[in-house]
Amino acid sequence: MSNYSIHKEAPLLEVKNLETAFNIDGEYYNAVDNVSFSVKPRQIVGVVGESGCGKSVMSLSVMQLLPKGVGKIRGGEIVFEGVHLEKMSEKEMNKIRGRDISMIFQEPMTSMNPVFTIGFQLQEVLFNHTNISKAEARQKSVALLKSVGISRPEKIVDEYPHQLSGGMRQRVMIAMAIANQPKLLIADEPTTALDVTVQAQILELLKSIQEVNDMSVIMITHDLGVVAEMCDEVIVMYAGRIVERADVDTLFYNPKHPYTELMMGAIPKMDEDKEELSSIKGIVPSLKNMPATGCRFANRCPKAMPECATITPLLGEVEQGHEVACILYEASMPKEGVKA
Amino acid sequence: MSNTSLVEKENLLEIKNLKTYYPVKGGFFRRTVGNVKAVDDVSFEIKKGETLGLVGESGCGKSTTGRTIIRLLNATDGEILFEGKDITKLRGKTLQAIRQDIQMVFQDPYASLNPMQMVGEIVAEPIKNFKNVSTKDLKEDVMDLLTKVGLPEDAYYKYAHEFSGGQRQRIGIARALALRPKLIIADEPVSALDVSVQSQVLNLLKKLQTEFDLTFLFIAHDLSVVKHMSDRIGVMYLGNMVEIADRNSMYAEPLHPYTQALISAIPMPDPRRKKERIVLEGDVPSPLNPPTGCPFHPRCPAAMAECSQVKPALKEVKPGHRVACHLY
Repeated sequence: MSNYSIHKEAPLLEVKNLETAFNIDGEYYNAVDNVSFSVKPRQIVGVVGESGCGKSVMSLSVMQLLPKGVGKIRGGEIVFEGVHLEKMSEKEMNKIRGRDISMIFQEPMTSMNPVFTIGFQLQEVLFNHTNISKAEARQKSVALLKSVGISRPEKIVDEYPHQLSGGMRQRVMIAMAIANQPKLLIADEPTTALDVTVQAQILELLKSIQEVNDMSVIMITHDLGVVAEMCDEVIVMYAGRIVERADVDTLFYNPKHPYTELMMGAIPKMDEDKEELSSIKGIVPSLKNMPATGCRFANRCPKAMPECATITPLLGEVEQGHEVACILYEASMPKEGVKA
Repeated sequence: MSNTSLVEKENLLEIKNLKTYYPVKGGFFRRTVGNVKAVDDVSFEIKKGETLGLVGESGCGKSTTGRTIIRLLNATDGEILFEGKDITKLRGKTLQAIRQDIQMVFQDPYASLNPMQMVGEIVAEPIKNFKNVSTKDLKEDVMDLLTKVGLPEDAYYKYAHEFSGGQRQRIGIARALALRPKLIIADEPVSALDVSVQSQVLNLLKKLQTEFDLTFLFIAHDLSVVKHMSDRIGVMYLGNMVEIADRNSMYAEPLHPYTQALISAIPMPDPRRKKERIVLEGDVPSPLNPPTGCPFHPRCPAAMAECSQVKPALKEVKPGHRVACHLY
């Protein structure tokens, strides 16, 4: 649970000035540009933004799972419990993945191997990180399936992924991810492919596991409703940069960045009647066409000023625990003045 | 209908006991061994100028309903009355003629546009098929349509791949409008789009409805989007219409246990509102082998003995509010 006495605790994960670039036609372009944030123990941090804003790339960078030869971390630090992940070898990283940090993906079908049973795949995760016998591993995988709310787990361990429904598959994915009780779970759009009633089941499950295991979660989603229900803190990303970061209540009731404000007004809400939704003109610029200087939202921003094209805003603290990157706020102004 | 304001408005579309089954073939001779009852005895009506929203989870038959109405699929049984005329069994030229009045906007803006055609040709094609207009008039008309849906005029000479998802959906809308239809069936028109683009398209559809005097059948899985767009909402579950009401009473006072669960399951974009959530057990059963009695009874928190035996009929429990549940 969010407990604000944890404020002084050292962060579990700290990302500093992360830059991740992708190779397009022989040249590297930053898909994640100068991103810094931290995740405290037992905290659920939401990352929201539209497709192409870099939220998935950011999480793949943390896991060191970027596609080889296409994506690379160009700069910055990823510190997990005092250890620099960006300096780790593949072998060292393998020890951390699945044990200390796990990940669940949007599409449970494509993230499982169709030719092996559920039990086999679960036991593989266990064998990789613990020294247990086959019988113990089987017993443990049945217990894990049970803990994620799968009825008749003794049967399901011997079944194949295709025999399960989408919601069940996502439960199995969660069982694999929490098998070694990781300290951090990265959930990349875990409910996007599911129907709402099933989504409700999965969200409830994630929350209860997070509480029982004292786990931290990075929840990547485009659904502001999911964020409001699940998260303690929210990071809003736009075009590869963080534009705003605040606790969930502040973000929904006192958004500061024009992009966040507009996004809040663009979603239809069940409990209000509005003839017209607010909309943002245009689309997110493609990676190759990112403006070199200035704010990347400027060309769509209704509050844009001429300076927005030249001054790159910094993520600055406007209130305690509330950061915004927009030059409407003094805190976002670069210290040394105008950058070329 | 007892609602006085709607008395003068006539039904544009009336669906009576519609059934659409997909045969399942099996065995050596590929004989029909069963039916997927995608739409099983659904009735509703849409009045002129209104928007009826259809919601439900995947596999509930909402898209099949839409496709049967536009006659992309043939109904197994039941009637589709368009302006009072039965169009269920129309074929050939008469069917062609009716398609001028009913058009469709599809979900996937990538798959529903021909990549080999210029946008101008895509939008012009329906007009060429039905009307005899000069090339000059045709081009003017298409240009006009493109501007009306918010595309630049030079879009005429471009190809679909040059546009973003939201703009492609605008092209699809322009094509659907080309013949000035009376009814537009929009099947998940915004579910492939990001929120900021989604709101652009929703605003556009609302604007066009007034401008072109359109009636919409709006199919989507997102209840908040459907509520924003519709005058009345129908909730489907496993091929059945379980509840139908105007949007405000559907939201304020959902009667069917499924609708209640569906509404409570939607994550609200408001961290201060902690609501009671009804979490349903299990998944939607297979429409190949639906449960007996009420299709929802295996998951229903309020199920009684008779629910597993008798299928409840859709009946009016309040003016304009119909529900299919034994509780009422």
